[in-house]
Amino acid sequence: MKKVNKTYWKGLEQLTNDTEFVKNAQNEFPEVPGEGEDAPSRSRRDFLKMMGFSLAAASLAACEAPIRKAIPYLNKPVDVDPGIPNYYASTYFNGGDVYSVVVKTREGRPIKLDGNKHGVAEGATTGQVEASVLNLYDTNRLQNPKKGEADITWETLDAEVKSKLSSIQAKGGKIAVVSETVNSPSIKKALKKFADKYQNVEHVMYDPISEYGVMAAHKATFGVDAVPSYDLTKADVIVSVASDFLGSRSNSGQFSKAYGKIRKVSKDNPEMSRHYQFESNLSLTGANADYRTPIKPSQEGFVVGQLYNLLAKKAGAAPLSGVSGAEVANLEKAANDLWKAKGKSLVIAGSNDPDVQIVVNAINNLLTNYGSTINIDKPAYYRLGNDRKMNAFVSGLAKGEYSAVIFYNANPVYNHPKGDQIASALSKVELSVATNGTSDETSSLSQYIAPDHHFLEAWNDAEPVKGHFTLGQPAIRPLFKTRNAGESFLAWSGETTSYYDFLRNNWKEGQFAAQSSTGDFDQFWNETLYKGVFAGDVQTAEITETATSDEAPATEGQSSTGFTANLAAVASRIKKNYKASSSNIELALYTNGTGNGSMANNPWLQEMPDPITKATWDNYLTVSQSFARENGLEMKEGQTVTATLKVGGQTMEVPVLIQPGQAKGTMGLALGYGRKKAGKVGNEVGVNAYPLLAVQNEFVSFNVTEGVTVEPTGNTYKIAQTQTHETVMDRDSIIKEATLKQYKKDPNSVVDHPEFHTSEGKKRPEAITLWDGHDYNNHHWGLAIDLNSCTGCSACHIACQVENNIPVVGKEEVLNRREMHWIRIDRYYSSPESADSYDEMENAADNPEVVFQPMMCQHCNNAPCETVCPVAATTHSSEGLNQMTYNRCIGTRYCANNCPYKVRRFNWFKYHDNKQFDKNTAQNSALGKMVLNPDVTVRARGVMEKCSLCVQRIQSGKLKAKTEGRRPNDEDVTTACAAACPSDAIVFGDLKNEDSKIHNLLKIRKAENDANGMEIGEERAYAVLEELRVDPNVFYFAKIRNKDEA
Amino acid sequence: MQVTSTVRKPLVTGGKTYHDVTQDICQYVEQKPPKTWLAAFTFSFLVLLVGSYAVVMTLWEGIGMWGLNKTVGWAWDITNFVWWVGIGHAGTLISAILLLFRQKWRTSINRAAEAMTIFAVICAAMFPVLHMGRPWLGAYWALPLPNTFGSLWVNFNSPLLWDVFAISTYFSVSLVFWYIGLIPDFATIRDRATNKISKAIYGGLSMGWDGGAKNWMHYEAVSLILAGIATPLVLSVHTIVSFDFATSVIPGWHTTIFPPYFVAGAIFSGFAMVLTLMLITRKVYHLEDYITINHIELMNLVILITGSIVGIAYITELFMAWYSGVVYEQYAFINRATGPYAWAYWSMMTCNVISPQLFWIKRIRTSLVSTFILSIIVNIGMWFERFVIIVTSLHRDYLPSSWAMFTPTWADMGVYLFTFGLFFTAFFLFAKFFPVINMAEVKAVLKSSSERKD
Repeated sequence: MKKVNKTYWKGLEQLTNDTEFVKNAQNEFPEVPGEGEDAPSRSRRDFLKMMGFSLAAASLAACEAPIRKAIPYLNKPVDVDPGIPNYYASTYFNGGDVYSVVVKTREGRPIKLDGNKHGVAEGATTGQVEASVLNLYDTNRLQNPKKGEADITWETLDAEVKSKLSSIQAKGGKIAVVSETVNSPSIKKALKKFADKYQNVEHVMYDPISEYGVMAAHKATFGVDAVPSYDLTKADVIVSVASDFLGSRSNSGQFSKAYGKIRKVSKDNPEMSRHYQFESNLSLTGANADYRTPIKPSQEGFVVGQLYNLLAKKAGAAPLSGVSGAEVANLEKAANDLWKAKGKSLVIAGSNDPDVQIVVNAINNLLTNYGSTINIDKPAYYRLGNDRKMNAFVSGLAKGEYSAVIFYNANPVYNHPKGDQIASALSKVELSVATNGTSDETSSLSQYIAPDHHFLEAWNDAEPVKGHFTLGQPAIRPLFKTRNAGESFLAWSGETTSYYDFLRNNWKEGQFAAQSSTGDFDQFWNETLYKGVFAGDVQTAEITETATSDEAPATEGQSSTGFTANLAAVASRIKKNYKASSSNIELALYTNGTGNGSMANNPWLQEMPDPITKATWDNYLTVSQSFARENGLEMKEGQTVTATLKVGGQTMEVPVLIQPGQAKGTMGLALGYGRKKAGKVGNEVGVNAYPLLAVQNEFVSFNVTEGVTVEPTGNTYKIAQTQTHETVMDRDSIIKEATLKQYKKDPNSVVDHPEFHTSEGKKRPEAITLWDGHDYNNHHWGLAIDLNSCTGCSACHIACQVENNIPVVGKEEVLNRREMHWIRIDRYYSSPESADSYDEMENAADNPEVVFQPMMCQHCNNAPCETVCPVAATTHSSEGLNQMTYNRCIGTRYCANNCPYKVRRFNWFKYHDNKQFDKNTAQNSALGKMVLNPDVTVRARGVMEKCSLCVQRIQSGKLKAKTEGRRPNDEDVTTACAAACPSDAIVFGDLKNEDSKIHNLLKIRKAENDANGMEIGEERAYAVLEELRVDPNVFYFAKIRNKDEA
Repeated sequence: MQVTSTVRKPLVTGGKTYHDVTQDICQYVEQKPPKTWLAAFTFSFLVLLVGSYAVVMTLWEGIGMWGLNKTVGWAWDITNFVWWVGIGHAGTLISAILLLFRQKWRTSINRAAEAMTIFAVICAAMFPVLHMGRPWLGAYWALPLPNTFGSLWVNFNSPLLWDVFAISTYFSVSLVFWYIGLIPDFATIRDRATNKISKAIYGGLSMGWDGGAKNWMHYEAVSLILAGIATPLVLSVHTIVSFDFATSVIPGWHTTIFPPYFVAGAIFSGFAMVLTLMLITRKVYHLEDYITINHIELMNLVILITGSIVGIAYITELFMAWYSGVVYEQYAFINRATGPYAWAYWSMMTCNVISPQLFWIKRIRTSLVSTFILSIIVNIGMWFERFVIIVTSLHRDYLPSSWAMFTPTWADMGVYLFTFGLFFTAFFLFAKFFPVINMAEVKAVLKSSSERKD
C-alpha cells in the first residue's frame, strides 16, 4: 500500500473545497486524508511548510480573490464525467436489514441512495437507509486493522489470528462467531469454509431487536424456523397487537409500501382496509390505525387469547381456557371484522413471546390467512437471531467454554441485555476478533479489529426473502485500509481468493445454475448486477445446526395448511405469564427511527424528529397523561423533569415525556441510545435501555411487566422537540378528514372549500382575488400529498437532508427551535371530544387520533414571501416554483415571518467549517463533505433557505429530456421526498402535463377564468389555508378514516 | 365691537432679558462641564461600550446570538426599531407642526426635541442593519443603486424597502431642519468665543451668519418650508413603518388600523421621551424659567390625547378580531390577552391605556415627579406594545405545529443597551457642545418690556 502523502492534501485543502479536491484527483477514487484525532501530529518541518504556505497564500489573497482551478483528468476514468451522476444497483446492509438500493455517485463519490424498485420492498426505503450513505464518510471509521490500540497490517493480523486459531483448534478449543442476522449466502458459505477449517466453530446469531418469538412459533406450528413474509396488500382487516410494522419492525419499508396501497381511496375505488391496533406505547403504526386501543404489555397474552376465543366461537373451534376477563375495547368489533374478512385479513403481534405468537398463528389459521396474507413457503430472513442460543453463548462465555470469539459486525456488549457479562468474560478468551468498522463497545474490548468495509465499498449479496437475492456492488473504492469481512473469513480459512471472485463463483454455482434464461454467465452476471436482484430457487449454505426449539410438535389441531399446536399448553402458560389486568407499572421498550443504536453516530438520524414525540437527540420515558396528572407533571416547550427509573437491579435517571395515547400504567423507553463508544455524535445521547430488557424463558422480552418503579426527581431537563404544540386547535382549513362512510356517501362533502360573503353572494377566494396569476407556458410543477397513505415514517426527512445538503444543528439549536429541515412532518393529536375552549383544545385526548401532515414550502402562486423581500431574493419562477436566490439574500427574515406555513429556515450561524457545529459531520470535515450533493449550494450564514422542490433534479430531468428530444415526464423528474416515500404518499409532477400522475390524481381540468388556468377536480384535494388565497402548488388529500363514526 | 383677549401667561418666566437668555444657555457650552455631566456622560459611554460587545458578537457569530427562531423571526430587533422611530416623532411634531400652528411655547423645547429625534432615528436605523443576516451586503443592496449584478434591482413591493426610503428621508429632513435652527445660535457662541479653536469651529458651523435682516428672512423662510416638508413626514414615517406589519398575512399584523394607531403611538411615546429628557436637562441646567410647568402641562395633555387614541385602537382591534369571524385573528387576540405572553399584553395595557388617564387630574399633570414617572411608564408601555404586536402575533400564527416561544438572550439585551448608550452619549455631547435651547427663537417670545422682578 502506498503511503498517503498527507501534507500535499493538507495544503490543497486549505485552498480548495472538497469538490475541487475530488476533481483534482487523478484517480477515480481519491485518497482521503486522515481526520481529527486520528491525524498525525504535525512536525516542525510541517509547521514551517504550512507557515510558508500560509504567508504565500495570504499575500496572494491580498492581491485578488483566490484562484480556483478546475484541473481536467489527465486520463479520464471510464464512465466518470464531471457533473454527471452514475447510478449503480447495490444493497443496503445493517445487521439483518437489507434493502435493494440504487446508489447515485458523483465523480466517484456515492452521495444518495434510492430504493431499487426491483427489490423486495419495491423501491421503498427507510430513514436509516437514506442516512446510511453518511456512515461511509464517518471520521469515526477505523482506517486500519488494529491490535489493541495499535494499527497493524492485514498480513500481521492474518498471521496472528490464523496461528492463534490453529493453536486453539489443536487444543480442541471452541470458536464462536457472533453476529447479527446473516442472510448473505456468500457470507454463510465463507463462514462454512471457516467452520470446516477450524472444526469446533459455532455461529451464534442474535438480533438486538429480536423476532425470535415469531420464528419459534412458526417452528412450533408449521415447522418453519423463520419469520413468514406478509402481504398486506391482500388484507382488508389488519389487527396488530403491539406490532409496529410500519416503524420499528424489520422490513418496515415493504410494510409501508403495501400499507400505502391499501390505504388509498378514490371516488372510483372507495374501499380501504381497516386497521385495529392494540398497544401500550403510541407507535407509528398505532398512530395510523383506525381503531387504537391502549393495553398494558401484561395483557398481550389475554388480548390475543380472547381474540382467538371470539373467533373460535364463530368458527366452532374449541376456545382457550382461562384466558378471559381482560376488558379490551374494540376487540369484539375487531373479531367481527376479521371474521367477515376471512382469508383477507391479518393478525400480527409484536411480542417476542412464542406463546403469544402461537396463538396469533392459530388465529390466522382460523381465518385461513396462511397462503393469502401470510406466506410461510417464502419466509423472510431479515431476522434469524436465536435468543436461546445467544443466551447459551453468553453463559458459556462466562464459564470459559469458548477459546475464541469472532464478532462479525456485532456489538453485543452494547446491544444485548447481558452485554456487561460478555464484556467481563471477553478478557478470558484466548482470541477475540471483531470485524466491526468502528471501535465500538465490543470491538474495543477485542484483541483484534479487522474492520469490514462500509457496504458501499464492498461486494455483498443477501437473501432477504427465500428465493429472492439482492446483490451489493461497491460504488467507491475502499476509503481506508479496511477489508470485506467475508474476505477476512476466507483468509483465516486459508483461502486466497478475493471475496469478489468467491461471491461471483457462488453465484455461478448457485443463482446462474438455477436460471435458464441465459447460458452465458458473464451476461447473467452483468444483467443481475444492472438490475441488482435475482429471484430463483437456490440452496444456500448453512453451518449445521442442532434443533433449537424445545417446542414439541403437537398432535392436535392439524389443519390443511399443516398447522399444529398444543394450544391448551400455550393457554395455560399465557394464563400464568399474563394478567387480565394489572396495577403494576409496566415498561415497554421500543426503537424509533434512529434504529437499534448501530447508526447512533449518524447525525441525520439523531436529528430526525421521532414521528410521534417530535423529539430529537434523546431517548426519554414516555408516560401517560394520567400519570402526568397524578404526579403533577407538565411539559411546556420541551421543558420537563427527569425521573428515577428502577427496573430490577438497574437504576437510571431519564427525562420524562408526556405521551398522549400511552396506555395508563405503562411507560415506554427507546432502545438504541446511551452509546459510549459510537463516536462524537452518538456518544452519551440518552440512556442505554438494553440492560433493562428482560430475558424470560430464554426469550428476550421487550416488555418489563414487574419490578418497575418510576419516581420523578424534580430535576429539570429539556427535550429538544421540533413541535411542541400537539393539537390542530380545531382549525379545519389545515387538516381535513372524514370517515370512509361519509366519503362513500358523498365524496364532495369531505372537503369544504372556504367561501366569502360579497355583495353578490358567497364566492370562492379565487373569484375575488386581487392577484393576476401567472402564465405557465411550459411546466407547472406541483406536489400532491395523500394524508391517508402518509404513515409519518420520516424517510422523506432524511432523503431531503441528503439531497439538499441540509445542515445538522445539534440539540442546543433544536431546543432554540432552529432546526433546518426543509420538510417536516407535522403531527397533530385530536383534542378531547368535550374541548370547546382554546385552553382545553391545546391538550391532546388521552387516546388521541393522530394525523401526519408533511409540510414543506407550498410554492404559493401568490406567495407572501415574494412580495416582502426588499431585495427580490425570493421570486416566482416561470414554472410555478417559489425560488430562493441565496446569493442575493441579505437575511431580513421578513419572508419567514410572512410565511403562513412557517417553512422557511434561516442560517442563524455558519454551520459548515465551524467547530461549534462539529456534529454537522457532513459539512465539517474533508471526509464528511464527500457526501455533499455538488448540485446544491451549501448555504452561507445569514441567508434564508427552504424547499426548492429539488430544483436541481428538475433541471437535470429537463436537460435529459431535452437531449433526447422529448418532453420531460414523471420518470425524468421527481423530488427526493417523493422518491423516498415508501407509501407513495407524496407525488411530484407537472400539473400541465396531462399524462403525469399528479395531473390524473388531482383530476385537473382547464379553467379559463382561473388565474392559473386550471381547476382541481379531485374531491379530496385541498390546499392548506385555502382562504388566504396564497394559492399553493402543493395539494393535500383529505384523510379518510375507516371508522363507523367520527 | 371690541374683543379683549385674555392676558397670556408669559412663556418664559423669571423676567429674563435677552442677555440673560444668551448667558443662561451659552454658559454650559463655554464653561467646563459640571461633574454631574461628566458622571452621566461616562456612564452612558460605558453603556455604549458594553452594548458594543453584543453588537460585535452579533456581527461576528451571526443572528443566532439572539433568541430568534424559525417561528419568531423578529423580536427585540424590530421592537426596538419601531420604538426608537416612534420616539423620534415628537421632535418633528414639536418643531414642524407646532411651528405651523404658531404654538410659541414650542420654542424652549424644540431644540432638544429635535436633537432627540436625530439620535433616536440613528438608534432606530441601527436595527434594520443589525438584524440582517448579512449586513455587509444588505446595507447597500437594500438601496436602489445602479450595479453590475445584471438586472438586479430592489423590490419596490416590499414594505421594508419603503422603510428605507421613509427613514432616510425623515432623517435627512430632520437633520437639516435641526441644523438650520442651530445656525443663529452657533453664531452667538462664535461671537462670544474667547479661544481660537472654539471660534473656528463654531464659526464654521454658523456658516457665516451675520444676523442681518436678509439672513433672518432666509432663516424664517427655510424654517417654514422645512416645517411644511416635515409635517407630512410625521404622519408618513410611522404609517410606513406600520406597513411592515399591516401588509403582511399574519393574524395580528394584517390590520388596516395600524397607520393612524402607529402615528398616535409614536407621538405618545415621543412626547413621553421628550419629557423624560427635558425634565433632566431642566434640572441639571437650571432651565426652570424656560421650560415651565405650563410647557409640561401642555405636553402632558398631548400624551393624554394620544394615549387615549392608542387605547381606543387597542379596543378596536379586539372588536375587529371578534367581528371579522376569522378564527386565526380571534385566536391571535385571545392569545395576546390570555396566552403565554399575557404579561406583556397587560403591561402594555396598564402602561399605555390606564396610566396616561391619570393626567385628567391637574395635580398630576402639573407635578414634575409624577410627570417624570409617567413619562417613563409610557415608554415602557410603548416598548411592550411593539413587542406584543411582533412577538405574540408571530409565535402562534396559522399552523399550531410551528408555534414556539421567544426568549431573549444576553445579546438581545446588549444590542438594546447599545442603542441606549449611543443615544445618551450623543445626547450628552449635544447638551455640552450645542445650545440646548433655541436662543434666537426664545428671544422672540420674550416679553419685549420684560423687566427684572428682583
